[in-house]
Amino acid sequence: MRGGARKGLKRSPRLTMKTRSVICFTALPSLSPSRLCSYKRDRQEWADLEPVPQDDGPNPVVKIAYSDKFTDVYDYFRALLKNDEKSDRAFTLTAEAIELNAANYTVWHYRRVLLQALEKDLREEMRYITAIIEDQPKNYQVWHHRRMVVEWLNDPSEELEFIAEILSQDAKNYHAWQHRQWVLKEYKLWDSELEYVEQLLEEDVRNNSAWNQRHYVISHTTGYSDPAILNREVQYSLKQIKKAPHNESVWNYLKGILQDRGLSSHPGLLEQILELKETHCSPYLLGFLVDIYEDSLENTLGDQEEVLSKALELCELLAQEKDTIRREYWSYVGRSLQTKYCSSDPSTTSSAPETDRGSASVSVHQETTCNS
Amino acid sequence: MERVPAPLRCFSEWHSSEKFTDDGVETVTSVEQRKVERSIQEVISVYKQIHSLPQPTLLRDQHYQYLKKGLRHLSDAYACLDASRPWLCYWILHSLELLEEHVPTSIASDVCKFLARCQSPTGGFAGGPGQAAHLAPTYAAVNALCIIGTQEAYNVIDREKLLSFLFSVKQPDGSFVMHIGGEVDVRSTYCAASVASLTNIMTPTLFQDTPTWIVSCQNWEGGLGGVPGLEAHGGYTFCGTAAMVILGKEHMLDLKTLLRWVASRQMRFEGGFQGRCNKLVDGCYSFWQAGLLPLLHRALFKEGDSTLSLQKWMFEQQALQEYILLCCQNTAGGLLDKPGKSRDFYHTCYCLSGLSVAQHFGNMDLHHELIVGREENRLAPSHPVYNICPEKVAQAIQHFHQLSVPVPAQKEGSSA
Repeated sequence: MRGGARKGLKRSPRLTMKTRSVICFTALPSLSPSRLCSYKRDRQEWADLEPVPQDDGPNPVVKIAYSDKFTDVYDYFRALLKNDEKSDRAFTLTAEAIELNAANYTVWHYRRVLLQALEKDLREEMRYITAIIEDQPKNYQVWHHRRMVVEWLNDPSEELEFIAEILSQDAKNYHAWQHRQWVLKEYKLWDSELEYVEQLLEEDVRNNSAWNQRHYVISHTTGYSDPAILNREVQYSLKQIKKAPHNESVWNYLKGILQDRGLSSHPGLLEQILELKETHCSPYLLGFLVDIYEDSLENTLGDQEEVLSKALELCELLAQEKDTIRREYWSYVGRSLQTKYCSSDPSTTSSAPETDRGSASVSVHQETTCNS
Repeated sequence: MERVPAPLRCFSEWHSSEKFTDDGVETVTSVEQRKVERSIQEVISVYKQIHSLPQPTLLRDQHYQYLKKGLRHLSDAYACLDASRPWLCYWILHSLELLEEHVPTSIASDVCKFLARCQSPTGGFAGGPGQAAHLAPTYAAVNALCIIGTQEAYNVIDREKLLSFLFSVKQPDGSFVMHIGGEVDVRSTYCAASVASLTNIMTPTLFQDTPTWIVSCQNWEGGLGGVPGLEAHGGYTFCGTAAMVILGKEHMLDLKTLLRWVASRQMRFEGGFQGRCNKLVDGCYSFWQAGLLPLLHRALFKEGDSTLSLQKWMFEQQALQEYILLCCQNTAGGLLDKPGKSRDFYHTCYCLSGLSVAQHFGNMDLHHELIVGREENRLAPSHPVYNICPEKVAQAIQHFHQLSVPVPAQKEGSSA
């Protein structure tokens, strides 16, 4: 979770003022430190402005030991904000403030106000935000800022390539995918996206973000109603399953695209899955079978008692052996199915969740079908 | 009294067979997953060697010292959270309340005064004094104040201005931006619903169309994404679901597919939870993901489900506790994502919150505890919607319901 704050201690430490002044002194002893290591408070250009120290109060809590540089920059930022100053020096300072803490959304907002008030070059701003995102791709503010600039320019032409570059470094970056989906939808740039998704799935068939993007593109273009499209997707999924049967993403995708129409309604699917069970079994396949059987029961297809019995047997198998981390869940599914689809009087069957040790007692009562 | 410790799931002979099966097809996902499994295996092996009797221990004192210090002073490494200081207050105070460590009255009062300085003149709370109001620090500040629970704390909140702030970030489609000129995602609905319900400022129109918008975030996987179309993700799923529970509209979600999705997020080998399918385990999802199960249990119960367990949540409580206790503790205090990562207050809060969820089952009159390791590992129970202690929720609601709902001065705004 990314919160308005996240944990975020991952960034490398900034050069402190002390370190920088040491470097300044040793590297170029003839130049005074204030020229190279510029505290605003030491500069002529800022002499007219009274810095505003942070008002934490007399007994602060969660007090951060800011570097001198940080304090300096933000004291002047607060001063600019207080005076609502809209100048070039303010604009330059926002970049320094951002460098010190790219998550300061107040600074970003102010920078946007200045971009408009000073009629800054937005192309240059694009170059700036590109560099910042490359450096800190997991930050909310930087992506939101880029979106604003793209909107103002009304120019998405660099976006897909840029996002692809970020995704090449981290193929699951949530912010990148969010920005990409916005660009595609806003500017209707769907044409090559399915191809891009397939490329990513070639690289990593387990990339769940790519599977989500696949769903996104198809939903927003052809849709899944056309049987030819649906079948193409089912075949594609089955092909990926055969390559890597223990890939949860593809199983979820297969279920995801069929569930609204009903899993049991797709002709021949059950048979294909039962066939796969022999050579490409996995907990996901077994769970998928439970889903098909449940859907059959829902739509009263086939021999209800037999289907229920098979479903319960699978729930038992998953709970006790194949997917024990989800024991409580599969036991619940079994009880729910039994209660809902039991043909005889439900009170004659044992659907008590547990007596002593959870599903152990349930399995004793759950033979094949309900007692009739 | 020396009791024979219960066998650990991660010590059992079949635990190894739960490792990831890559089917001979190596991809970035499988390589990363196996690396993590190796490091977890290492932790377990080392633990076995050192401890003849497995008795996982929560390092209470160490965590307490870490938290106590952090509440006052933080190193410059925390400059990156300078726009999230109310979060730091909440993460630390909530961790302390879970550990049942008392916060001295003077510090509590100092927190109140600090949060008062974080409150914006136009309503809502900001990441620090002088910054702009934002829904996330607003959520954190209100929670922190409710944990403190004194009159001084409650009085910090300007309810009239808070209501106008919420209206100012409300969007026509039912969503909320996080701050003026900021981004939309489902976190904002949770933050808004949480503070509005606790402080009793909910008006008939404030959350109009919000449930419909949240529902549109539920995707083909069964979980929720940050905005419609995005991949299902634990943090966003928690926020959306908890918001729906607050708004009384949880039945509008497809609870069955949501349940299947979240149950599938528990890692069979590590025991902890991942945030998204085919990604890595992370201690913070001990709360965002596992914390969904109490919400869903209650939602299904409300719908009349008679097959729900009376003793357990629908996830492996023992396995989660083992993951947190064995793999997520820093020996110098503080908790973390996974072995090899640094400690921080966010992970300390959410690992402990998840540990509490895994220890306590509660359903109306029922309360059933499952404590892995020493009895002293027991944490205080936490409210599954607000993630502060249930007594503090009740107390805050009781206090604010004595006050009348402010009259909104303005209608909902749309921000640039």
